[in-house]
Amino acid sequence: MTTHDREPSANRVNRRQALSCLATWTASAVIWSVTGGVPRAIAATGDGRVVPQASGTLTFAQISDTHIGFRKEANPDVVASLRHAIADIKVLPQNPAFVVHTGDVSHLSRPEEFGRARELLQEFGSLPVHVVPGEHDTIDDGVAGYLRHFDHDGNGRSWYSFDQGGVHFVGLNNVLNFKAGTMAALGDDQLAWLKGDLESRTPSTPIVVLAHIPLWTVWEPWGWGTADAANAMALLRRFGSVTVLNGHVHQVLQKIEGNVALHTARSLAYPLPSPGQAGVGEPGPVTVAAGDLGKLLGTREITVVPGRQDLAMIDTPLER
Amino acid sequence: MKTFAGRAAAHPVRSALAVALLMAAALALRNVDADAAPASVSVSITKFAFAPQDITVAPGTRIMWTNRDEAPHTVTANDHSFASKGMDTDDTYEHTFATEGDFAYICAVHPFMTGMVHVRKP
Repeated sequence: MTTHDREPSANRVNRRQALSCLATWTASAVIWSVTGGVPRAIAATGDGRVVPQASGTLTFAQISDTHIGFRKEANPDVVASLRHAIADIKVLPQNPAFVVHTGDVSHLSRPEEFGRARELLQEFGSLPVHVVPGEHDTIDDGVAGYLRHFDHDGNGRSWYSFDQGGVHFVGLNNVLNFKAGTMAALGDDQLAWLKGDLESRTPSTPIVVLAHIPLWTVWEPWGWGTADAANAMALLRRFGSVTVLNGHVHQVLQKIEGNVALHTARSLAYPLPSPGQAGVGEPGPVTVAAGDLGKLLGTREITVVPGRQDLAMIDTPLER
Repeated sequence: MKTFAGRAAAHPVRSALAVALLMAAALALRNVDADAAPASVSVSITKFAFAPQDITVAPGTRIMWTNRDEAPHTVTANDHSFASKGMDTDDTYEHTFATEGDFAYICAVHPFMTGMVHVRKP
């Protein structure tokens, strides 16, 4: 996999790389088709034919890092960006079954920001929205303010699981439990819960994990990683298909570890620098030319095809 | 300061701001002299770092942190003896250090940001 580690950013995969991967990947290959700057991962057979959409597939959408309450130069209107995304998702040709929001719903954890975000997410209509908290959602009183609006199971806990379309979904909170000078962590209580939650699942059950901060170390000096991610990986390793969906870094990044595929998504608020970007000392909002912002924000559509290890993903910017 | 003064003169707004800041500074100094009010020290939060990151003050000193970043930050003592709310851009937080000791703190949003206050009798 030396030349095909899809580590930097999907939107940097050029045609030559895509073709070269296509030529050498096995039957579990994904076609990266880059059209108009939009990377598209489409499930493919070994000889590169696109698989027709099988019945029984499950499609869902991912949004992330809406930062409701942010109103600075990098994006003076995050509400409009979220509404744009909602409109895009509602007209997807493959109707998504639900939406996942991988955290930083609010910018400052303020009650009015959570309230506004909840109202806006209701504009998805009948589409359920499954949310996990980001560190911007737990600023003043830990997870308490967030749970008043986004308590998934109504049990006062910020992690949960559910099953849909033959897939086991797990939502985690990896933004608290930190020690000074370190990255945030899942913590022992949550890991114990995760162990119990996964115990009864068969290895062939596809697992999708939702967590705000990447479950791999993208860039430690900026806290772009989860201190005890290895403990979670150890619990996930026995499954044949594990997909981890993260936010936090406001850009599309991927990493494959055995059967575990980890993906970060674009934000709906503002871009951030690339990990440890030269000349940028800190992970603060990046202001771009007004016409370019929509190209750097976006949504993701994910399709689970029964019997396939990898999930088909399409990352779409708000504007092209 | 030479460069700053030169630039300020070229910008009426900045120039006015500079004058206002000088007046505020002068008033603050006079207050300290006049009634021995607690000494006040400023720490800036800028580019995801506390500046100065490590500071030594006398007991009774009030420290005022100001968030100069677009991102929110907090000032949260490791021993929870003091903690700000989430600070948006230009928000400030003050804490007076009454007793001697070493007080390590972090930003609870970005725990990789660390700071230290040493409180020592002069």
